[in-house]
Amino acid sequence: MNADPTLRSAPVPGTPPAPVPGTPPAPVPGTPPAPAPGTPPASAPGSAPAPAPGSTPAPAPGSTPARAAHPVAAPAADPGTGVGGGPAGPGRGRRLRGASPLLWALPPVALLAVFFLYPLALVVRQSFQPDSGGTSLQPYADVFASPAFREALWTTVWLALASTAGCLVLGFLLALVIAFVPFPGAKGVARFIDVFLSFPSFLITLALLFVYGRTGLANGLWTGATGAADGPFDFLTTPWGVLLAEVTYFTPFVMRPLLAAFAQLDTAQLEAASSLGARAPRIVRQVILPEALPALAAGGSLVLVLCLNEFGIVLFTGAKGVTTLPMLVYGKAILESDYPGACVVAVVNVLISVGLYGLYRVVSRRAGA
Amino acid sequence: MLVHSRGARWAVWAVFLVLFLPLFALPLLVVLGASFATHWSGVLPSGLTTGNYRAATRGEALQALTTSLVTALTASLLALAAGTWAALAAAALRKRQRRVMDALFVLPVAVPSVVVGLSVLVAFSKPPLLLNGTSSIVIVAHTVLVTAFAHQSVSAAIVRLDPAYEQAAASLGARPAYVLWRVRLPLLLPSLTAAAGLCFALSMGELSATMMLYPPDWTPLPVLVFAATDRGALFAGSAVAVVLMATTLLVLLAVSRVRTRASYR
Repeated sequence: MNADPTLRSAPVPGTPPAPVPGTPPAPVPGTPPAPAPGTPPASAPGSAPAPAPGSTPAPAPGSTPARAAHPVAAPAADPGTGVGGGPAGPGRGRRLRGASPLLWALPPVALLAVFFLYPLALVVRQSFQPDSGGTSLQPYADVFASPAFREALWTTVWLALASTAGCLVLGFLLALVIAFVPFPGAKGVARFIDVFLSFPSFLITLALLFVYGRTGLANGLWTGATGAADGPFDFLTTPWGVLLAEVTYFTPFVMRPLLAAFAQLDTAQLEAASSLGARAPRIVRQVILPEALPALAAGGSLVLVLCLNEFGIVLFTGAKGVTTLPMLVYGKAILESDYPGACVVAVVNVLISVGLYGLYRVVSRRAGA
Repeated sequence: MLVHSRGARWAVWAVFLVLFLPLFALPLLVVLGASFATHWSGVLPSGLTTGNYRAATRGEALQALTTSLVTALTASLLALAAGTWAALAAAALRKRQRRVMDALFVLPVAVPSVVVGLSVLVAFSKPPLLLNGTSSIVIVAHTVLVTAFAHQSVSAAIVRLDPAYEQAAASLGARPAYVLWRVRLPLLLPSLTAAAGLCFALSMGELSATMMLYPPDWTPLPVLVFAATDRGALFAGSAVAVVLMATTLLVLLAVSRVRTRASYR
């Protein structure tokens, strides 16, 4: 599972029109642009609700006239806070206030509770119930004492951190070229990245088997050129194979918000800096990087969470030496039928991931606001 | 334009291609190439055949394709309904309540999908709701996983909605239900279809929770791809994977056409 809305390259005022040629503009003349009209890849994981991180609310040239036309009405979009501010809708807003909005919110929340929160609570409860019966911390003690768990925890954390670092560096470089040294077909590359996001992660591992596998493309090239019996590439079943696959799969998640942030950047700043004598590395460091920091922070923390939770890539690698927390949950529950143990690992994994995701929401809200 | 000298620009582009092609284009090409081959021990695949596809579009694989399609369609429609309802309801709440509701509905994104699978397995393997071993347990898990994305896309669109339209409709005497049906939902249609496409793509590729839950008679495509590669049938597996990618892309394309049509209205 990937993605998060905060990353959608949302059309922000001042963003050049949607990248798809021949897309009709917003639904109704004069509407502020709907989120990503006509960008099918916006549907790809990584799409986002909030204005792209790093976007400044300052009306850039070309901001939608509709917004400008109702400067006061805009805040009233929010019936909850619109009290007293601006001309709130005469009937509707008032009628919805009071108890009835809560009543309307009840059915979806009830569904979520039955199908998500209650099962999650059962997992927590089961983690305190060893097979021997009763309620105790025994499952926790057992799991924490096992070397397999400690190793999985360590592998998960360092793989996630290393993948995130790799994605940030690679994503920043690639987005930089697409945005500021554009070449014919750069738009197409950006679209390709979006399509890439809608494929499942395990495809990457499957492909790497053909590229770097024991009898794959790279080793075939080597043995063909040198006549050796074996190629030098034999890292797929090690953590490095997982690292390569995760960097490949998750880099687009960093590039999307970055490209959105770069689209916001006024190129006049770059021209000014360069006419004052700054060379490219210095412009990148002093002009572009500060603008990109919020997008980098948001994208990076999202990728960190996704890497912590990644299962398909590790499963397809099929390496006995690489066990992460999600793999351990699967192994304990399905292969060993040790449900209390699986639940303990699940609780640990959820705590780490939700904690980091909460951090990510705070960071991206601060960056986007 | 960041780099002005022509030589430097070419150098930058060369570095870009050297990074981009092997990392992003090669994997997809390789899977495509392997799906037409029986051996791969040199630079190029050998033993070209379409047999993998013949196998991938009949019998077990065809059944997996329909399973995946039914699961993804059902899950994304359910998720779209629940997510849109939640987003619309949340938009009418006060700020603090809305925050709580948004947080509740994004939670499935942060929880690992394997854990979602485990929790659904633990909860619905016993009465009162005994779903284990049926197709609905897979659909339930997929719906839970993708509802978060539907909710996020739609609530982002609601924030951007120009309130002038609904205010105008309301001031002309339209009741809230009418305003919702004739004004807000049509204006939201582009993002609704976008959310539907996103949910569909995610559900088509979902592997983690499915691996925890799938009953023997309800095997979606990703599980089949895993089963094939796990027993060493890499080439047959890639053909199934290509079928999976192609189906996802076709549906996304169809959905985006619906969207462009809708935006003319």
